[in-house]
Amino acid sequence: MITFGFLINAISLGSLYALISLGLVMIYGVLKMVNFAYGELIMVGGYGLYLVGSKFNLPWIFVAAAAILAAMLVSYLTELVAFRHVREKSLTALLITSFAVSTLLQNGALLIISPRAKAVSLPKIFSSSITFLGITTPARNILTIAITILLLLGLSLLLRRTMLGIALRAASDNFRMTRMLGIPANLVISSAFIISGAIAGVVSLFWVGRTASVTPSIGQGPLLIAFIAIVVGGISSLEGAVVGGFVYGILFSFIGVLLPQTLLDYREAFMFVIVILILLWRPEGLIRVKYAEERVG
Amino acid sequence: MLHVENLKVRYGAITAVHDVSLEVKEGELVALIGVNGAGKTTTLSAIAGVVKTVSGSIYFEGQSIVGKSPEAILKLGVAVVPEQRDIFPSLTVEENLHMGAFSRHNHREYLADLKETFILFPILEERFQQLGGTLSGGEQQQLAIARSIMAHPKLLVLDEPSLGLAPKIVDQIFSLIVTLRTRGSTILLVEQNVNRTLDIADRVYLINNGRVEIQGTPDQLRSQGAIKDIYLGK
Repeated sequence: MITFGFLINAISLGSLYALISLGLVMIYGVLKMVNFAYGELIMVGGYGLYLVGSKFNLPWIFVAAAAILAAMLVSYLTELVAFRHVREKSLTALLITSFAVSTLLQNGALLIISPRAKAVSLPKIFSSSITFLGITTPARNILTIAITILLLLGLSLLLRRTMLGIALRAASDNFRMTRMLGIPANLVISSAFIISGAIAGVVSLFWVGRTASVTPSIGQGPLLIAFIAIVVGGISSLEGAVVGGFVYGILFSFIGVLLPQTLLDYREAFMFVIVILILLWRPEGLIRVKYAEERVG
Repeated sequence: MLHVENLKVRYGAITAVHDVSLEVKEGELVALIGVNGAGKTTTLSAIAGVVKTVSGSIYFEGQSIVGKSPEAILKLGVAVVPEQRDIFPSLTVEENLHMGAFSRHNHREYLADLKETFILFPILEERFQQLGGTLSGGEQQQLAIARSIMAHPKLLVLDEPSLGLAPKIVDQIFSLIVTLRTRGSTILLVEQNVNRTLDIADRVYLINNGRVEIQGTPDQLRSQGAIKDIYLGK
């Protein structure tokens, strides 16, 4: 049934998917590479929650901060150790490297921690519900929406008001030219990886929050969602990623209620049909750039 | 100021620049002319540090810049305005100019430079909050030049600034180059518009098939008739 409660649920899922997509498109913007190791950053955040939460007796907010920091750090390290060295080579080399990093991180978690799911302790707010305007909804939904809005505002300020942020956008337009203006390539790319890691860290809180457990392959789901969402939204802009994420999450929720019970197992198949239809209608994605891309010369 | 000696650049199996040597002295306006595919842009790309050289040397103010990153070369004082203009289409004019000043880290100087820019390029003040991608070709060219000047380069390198522009706009761009020169900029100009270029340059290098064919003052080049041979075939 489509109720107000359901709508909040759908918007909450859309927010989460928008965040997931934003983290992936940050890297795509500067490197033009889909970072297949992005899902593993979410995994790192999840294990950060598990490890710090189970080994130290800290208030949850510090555990969460540690998880986000871990994802940022690992993201930066993957850039430093792996991507930086193949950046000047071909795009194929970059892509293969991202698969390698993804596999290494997953296997690392498998070997060092455990192939089995680890329980993550979460604060009460993740399991409680709140009632307002006569509707009862999980508090996690409201929290997801609120954090997404805050993060989007923060990121938008960063990208529009700071030199580094403008440089990141400039690099998405034309990376070579930013370097020719004296903007260090390493600074721009490392920043993109760190921001992407931070977003993955925040995502991990909510993603892990849904099942309260973490496994080595937990990042695969969000990676696929982000990949589809940025293609649907329009891969050439951050706005596209956000719109794509929201559209994906909301449509997915609607399919869930509109499909008859017997077809619910095919929810993903129906989702992909809709995605294909959207792409047939707008091959460049929902958000297109507002200027002609072809140039003289 | 800039010394390029026996430069050789290859793209895979194709050698784009075989042997180019050239020199730009402080305060000069040196032009590089030649037909399409002669190796002009490749020479500039090597100077800017965006393509690797096979052999030869490039010195700027006595320091070798071969193998240096584009950002390091800009910091030393060489700003290249590329052939495709390469303004940032999704950034506003203001943000484009701000990026030009990135290497200077000084907001007050940036604001002062901005005032200067508006005197030289009044159209940019009008378009200040517009997206770079929505400007016309001539406006984009002005933005690209203005953006590079924000970095206060010692040497300004312009790659075919008149390419694809209407004749009236070409006039504007050439008079702008003259203005920049009289204000004391050292300029290396690559052009296909030979007559206009010979009118304003101090010295000219004619490149053909990746080699410097002739060099000299514009008058020397005009009298030799070699330009006709190369442009029209012998």
